[in-house]
Amino acid sequence: MSITLDAVLLHQIVEIKAISDSTLSLKLLEMGLTKGQKIKAVFKAPFGDPIAYELNGNLISMRKEEAQQIQVAIA
Amino acid sequence: MLTGLRQQVGNFPGVTVEKKSGTLKTPNGKYELIDFPGTYSLVGHSLDEQIVQNVLSDPSNQDFPDAILYVADSANIERNLLFFSQLYDLGLPCILALNMWDRAKRKNLKIDIEKLQQTFPKAKILTSNARVSLGKSRIMEAIDQLDELAIENLNFNEYSIQFNALCQYENTEQKLTHLRQLGLVSALNKFSSTSRKIDSILVHPIYGYLIFAFLLLTIFQFIFSFASIPMDFIDAQFVRLSAWGASVLPEGLLSNLITQGLIPGIGGVLVFVPQIAILFLFISLLEESGYLSRVVFIMDRLMRPFGLNGKSVVPLLSSVACAIPGIMSARTITDRKERLTTIFVAPFMSCSARIPVYTLLINLVIEPTYIWGFLSLQGLVLFGLYTLGIVFALGTAYLMKIFIKRKNQGFHLMELPEYKKPSLENVLLNVIEKVKIFVLDAGKIIIAISILLWGLATFGPSSRENELLKLHRSESFQNASEQQRQESEKALMLSNSYIGHFGRWMEPAISPLGYDWKIGVALLCSFAAREVFVGSLATIYAVGDEDQNQKRLIEKLKVERNPEGRLIYNLATGLSLLIFYVFAMQCMATLAVVRRETKSWRWPLIQLFYMGVVAYLMSLLTYQLLS
Repeated sequence: MSITLDAVLLHQIVEIKAISDSTLSLKLLEMGLTKGQKIKAVFKAPFGDPIAYELNGNLISMRKEEAQQIQVAIA
Repeated sequence: MLTGLRQQVGNFPGVTVEKKSGTLKTPNGKYELIDFPGTYSLVGHSLDEQIVQNVLSDPSNQDFPDAILYVADSANIERNLLFFSQLYDLGLPCILALNMWDRAKRKNLKIDIEKLQQTFPKAKILTSNARVSLGKSRIMEAIDQLDELAIENLNFNEYSIQFNALCQYENTEQKLTHLRQLGLVSALNKFSSTSRKIDSILVHPIYGYLIFAFLLLTIFQFIFSFASIPMDFIDAQFVRLSAWGASVLPEGLLSNLITQGLIPGIGGVLVFVPQIAILFLFISLLEESGYLSRVVFIMDRLMRPFGLNGKSVVPLLSSVACAIPGIMSARTITDRKERLTTIFVAPFMSCSARIPVYTLLINLVIEPTYIWGFLSLQGLVLFGLYTLGIVFALGTAYLMKIFIKRKNQGFHLMELPEYKKPSLENVLLNVIEKVKIFVLDAGKIIIAISILLWGLATFGPSSRENELLKLHRSESFQNASEQQRQESEKALMLSNSYIGHFGRWMEPAISPLGYDWKIGVALLCSFAAREVFVGSLATIYAVGDEDQNQKRLIEKLKVERNPEGRLIYNLATGLSLLIFYVFAMQCMATLAVVRRETKSWRWPLIQLFYMGVVAYLMSLLTYQLLS
């Protein structure tokens, strides 16, 4: 089942399948986020946006609209 | 660490917006080190990254390096190696310093240096820890051993092709996969659980905001109240210096220029130093500890509708104390449009320099009564003025969001670093640097404008001498005491100076707002700084401008009538003036800082014009509705 990263439940580990925005994908790549990587939503800001994700031991904050560009599958 | 010139570790994005350079002396020679903005790759997205890209893609650029010293964060080695491998493939001589070695160790992260050396055979690899100045000699040794031939053998045509290839997405992705397969790093990197626990409180929907509000209140308390102690001290010293100068220098124009133009001008710059230092002390502490990114995280959603982002919060709220440090702190905003918007709207926030003006005018025209027995009407008006400033700041930001098209879409990926103890040295260096920027860069402009204003208020057309003679002959002057004589002389000199004439000349323009030429003169003088308004009124009305005379000034203003016999300082004029001070850009120091931060006169001038128009129209509306 494929969903976008913004819809993932907290603490659920998912695998990145595709990134639809090309500028964003480069930016994410530089932060170490590539296809096949495991990522996990850790907590949300008070209004549900932005969301903090953990990958490779780093915590990255991402706006919802950015997370929507990332397709993931539940691992 | 190497040149004494230091950048912060780029935890909070956008720390380095400009490149910096310094000289390094080693046993074998002298080198110029250029520090480039913190970036993750050769491909430029933000302003910082474009600076790096521009220099490295162009071998004829004056900053094009002979060699690269790459200082990598060992705790984040994978990401850092990606960028390093891009640089390595360019063919320039490279040194790789694995920095923060201790942190990687603590995280149980093992980096296989031998394998690393095999992967990058031509690079010199060493470990260091800049926070405790470890590894400096190793780096200097490595620099001395650099192969000088390498740069000469570089084929620039090939270089450009290589550079462009490295900028491709596929290339970057392949590199990352390749680096991962090499298995240079062992042990899974895990985010600290202590940091996680702290986060559960600091980004909490209730506690998170409460803690942030509490921290802000503390910072304000320091900037508002405690900064006034050193500020008053600086002020007093410069008044004394002026008086001392006047007593030892021979009487004449040059002495006047020094004692009334130059010394107060320098004093007017230095008086801001305590506020700037205190604000940046707090900001650096919060930034170094990792907390500031959390503030951005919880405020981002609230600021977004106005075309701002979470990082605009600190600059805007700091501007309630003083717009100058506030605008300087907008540097942390990476997105150019959001940074400009923040800088542009910040002076609408009511700063502490407006307080003397607000109190004088509120005391003058608002009755000290209470609504429902406990709500002070005067306090309510003051609250209204602050609110008005905030509303217009956000409203203007919203307008800018609609009308200014952005060039490229900004992303808001941001790292939330682990919490750590701030390094006091880094904090102090940052404070000193901010103070230096203000004093050296903005200070020049402030001193120049204050001397200009001094000249306009001191000199006048020759007709002034006749007026002075008339005053001397008048009966009331003959009968007055020595102090009264001096005060009325001063009043006459100012009203007949160039500024005085200019005030009279523009009276038709400001009378629809309810102002006479005397108010006009005080408005012009207070362009130097808003609080000067009170002093200028005191001079014009010949009451002397010492603090204990404010009562005298209020009494005098209360009975002041225009030629038709109506009271000048009635409710309509008073409120119209208050509104004017909420909106008008009456602060040359802010203009100088905006110029410094945006690197052109364009933005400060647009700001001056826009805020002036808003102030004029709103005051006009207020006066016309009330009179």
